[in-house]
Amino acid sequence: MAELAAVPAPPRDAVLAQLGELKRLAIVPAWNEEESVGRVIDEIHAFDPGFDIVVVDDGSTDRTAGMAADRGAHVLRLPFNLGIGGAMQTGYRFAFERGYDVAVQVDGDGQHDPAQLPAILEPVLAGEADLCVGSRFAHGSGYQSSFTRRLGIRVFAMVVSAVVRQKVTDTTSGFRAVNRRGIALFAADYPHDYPEVETTVMCVKHKLCLREVPVQMRERAGGASSITALRSVYYMTKVLLAIFVGLFRRYAVPPEEDHHR
Amino acid sequence: MTPLPVSIAAAVASFLLLLVVFELIRSRRLRERYALLWLLTGVVLLALSVWRDGLNTIAGWFGVETYPPAILGAIGALFILVVLLHYSTVISRLSDQNTILAQRLALLEQQLREGATES
Repeated sequence: MAELAAVPAPPRDAVLAQLGELKRLAIVPAWNEEESVGRVIDEIHAFDPGFDIVVVDDGSTDRTAGMAADRGAHVLRLPFNLGIGGAMQTGYRFAFERGYDVAVQVDGDGQHDPAQLPAILEPVLAGEADLCVGSRFAHGSGYQSSFTRRLGIRVFAMVVSAVVRQKVTDTTSGFRAVNRRGIALFAADYPHDYPEVETTVMCVKHKLCLREVPVQMRERAGGASSITALRSVYYMTKVLLAIFVGLFRRYAVPPEEDHHR
Repeated sequence: MTPLPVSIAAAVASFLLLLVVFELIRSRRLRERYALLWLLTGVVLLALSVWRDGLNTIAGWFGVETYPPAILGAIGALFILVVLLHYSTVISRLSDQNTILAQRLALLEQQLREGATES
C-alpha cells in the first residue's frame, strides 16, 4: 500500500483540462448490481460531470436498470444475460455509433474507484496509448484472492506478456480507458467470455498501443463475483485455447469509419 | 494386441479431427466454447491410438480380451453422446432466447407504431 501511495497519479484538473471538449463515455457493465450501480454513477459524475454514462444491464433480475436510469445514465437493457463480453461490446457499439472520442470501462460492482480515472485516462489523452489498463499488480501490492484466481492471473500474465512481447501484469482488469481507435476495434470485434485477457492480445495484434498503469482497487461493494473456483479452470483452458488459436489468425485493423445517423 | 494398421488409421483419423476443429476455430466458424469437447475427444482418441499398451490395459479392465480397438469405438461413441447432449442443452437455451427476442421485437414494434400514429 505504501508503495502505491508513492505513485504520482496525474492531478484531476490537468486531466480534466486535457479532456476539454472531447466526447467521453463511461461504460458500466452491471449484472444484478442494484446496491452499487448508483454509487458508481455518482462517483463518475463527481470526478467529471462531463462524462456520459451508459449502464449495460446484462439481464439483471433486480432493480439495476431503474437505479441507473434514476441517476441520469443511459441504460441499455439486454433481454437476457449475454455474459461480460457481450455486455461490454454493447457498450462499445453505443460509443462507436454515437461518435465518442474516449471511453472508460468502470465495473458496476464498485470495485473500480472513479477517483482513479485520471491515472488510466492520462496516457490515452496524451496520445501515448490507445488502450490503458489499470493494473492491481503493477506495483506489487498484495492483492488478496483465492488460490485458483491468483494462479490464473499469474498464468495469464505470463502467457500474455510472451505473446504481446511487453510486460503485462494484470490481464483480468476491467478498469480501462480507450481512444476512438480502441472503440472502433472493440465495437467491431470483442471476445465472448472472460474477455479482458483476449482483448489485451487483440489490441497489440491490431497494432494498437497498450499501456498499463498501477491503480488500487476496492473490495466489491455488493453482489457476488461471477467467477467461482471450478469455473476458472474451465475459463483458463478456454482462454488459453483462444489465445493459441489467435496466434494463427491474420488480423486486419478495422476501418475507423464513423457511420453517424 | 491391437493390429498396427488399426492403430495407425485411428491415430490419423483423430489427428485429422483435431486439425479440422483447429481450422474451424481459426476461421471463426466454431467458437472456443463449443470446440473444447471436440478437442478433448480428439486428444483422448489420439492418445489411446498411439499408446497401444494403454489401450490394451484399459481393454483388460473391461474384460475385452480379443479385440482391444473395440474400446476406441466405445470411447468415441461415449464422447459423441456427451457432445450431443451438450448440444441439446445449447439448442434449448437458444430457443428460449429466440422466444424472448421475438417477444421484445413485437412489443417494440407495437410501441413504435402507436407512437407514429399518435404524433
